[in-house]
Amino acid sequence: MAETVDVRKDGAPPSLEGRAEENLRFIRETMEKAGTFTDVSGWGTAAVGGTALAAAWLASRAQTFQGWLGVWLAEALLASLLGFSAMAWKSRRAGSSLLSHPGRRFALSLAPPLAAGAVLTAALARAGIPGPIPGVWLILYGAGVTTAGAFSVRVVPAMGICFMALGAAALFTPPGWGNALLAAGFGGLHVVFGFWIARRYGG
Amino acid sequence: MAEPADDRRPTGPRRPRKTPGLSPREVDRLIHERTRLGIVSALAVAPSLSFVELRKLLGTSDGNLSVHARKLEEAGYIACAKGFEGRVPRTDYRLTALGRRALERYLDHMEHLIRAVRKG
Repeated sequence: MAETVDVRKDGAPPSLEGRAEENLRFIRETMEKAGTFTDVSGWGTAAVGGTALAAAWLASRAQTFQGWLGVWLAEALLASLLGFSAMAWKSRRAGSSLLSHPGRRFALSLAPPLAAGAVLTAALARAGIPGPIPGVWLILYGAGVTTAGAFSVRVVPAMGICFMALGAAALFTPPGWGNALLAAGFGGLHVVFGFWIARRYGG
Repeated sequence: MAEPADDRRPTGPRRPRKTPGLSPREVDRLIHERTRLGIVSALAVAPSLSFVELRKLLGTSDGNLSVHARKLEEAGYIACAKGFEGRVPRTDYRLTALGRRALERYLDHMEHLIRAVRKG
């Protein structure tokens, strides 16, 4: 039965120290790979969906574009706090840290599309073109989740692709549908995929 | 699938040995084998993993994983739950408190071994 022993290219057996280091490296790498199975919190994702549905209802009652935008920006902040708190809780529960390699990788992959979305929102709002904003949010958030989820279980990038599809639809449908599509995406997709992840991947 | 809380709590703190021996005999040979070490390491950071997830993660065959998982299960290092997902059979594994302690001991041993060799 093969043990964790390798032989160097020159044919000489590795040193005791080298073997121990190699074993520790293997353990760390395996833990990092396995961590991707659990980093995304299903319950956190579902909770974010719940708050997004409430935000969509509130936003639909806003009288002005500024009011509508304010509701969704507040929701973005709340969702970020909820999502990352839930991920941190899940990581701790699994005996690892959110700041471990997979957690950092997920956050770093998600951040650039979200930053791009913030800049585009500011530019579109300033130019007085609010119509494409829901589509931009959905498509960029979907892109972020898809790339961040490339290191995770398949359901995570699948959720990202659904967001991108919804975002594409939002960009080519009447602007009046935007709020409903945001509710379907940030609300509906988060709730459905959140429960799926929670049920299949440990919470 | 939630892991029982008792498996996540440290059950009896174990202090690292101050003067670890360098003899390979002291290594827990049960988890020293690469596939078994991989199984235990993966389950240490995930509440539970299915057979298929473990197989993909470790890049091993059904037969190989099955044999090594059985050995760990017999030693009480991992626990196995069999069920169905729809009509498809599903096997989930989780690390037991005993398995977690064994991994901690193994990590201690490797770290002390490296330190001892560097000091020497």
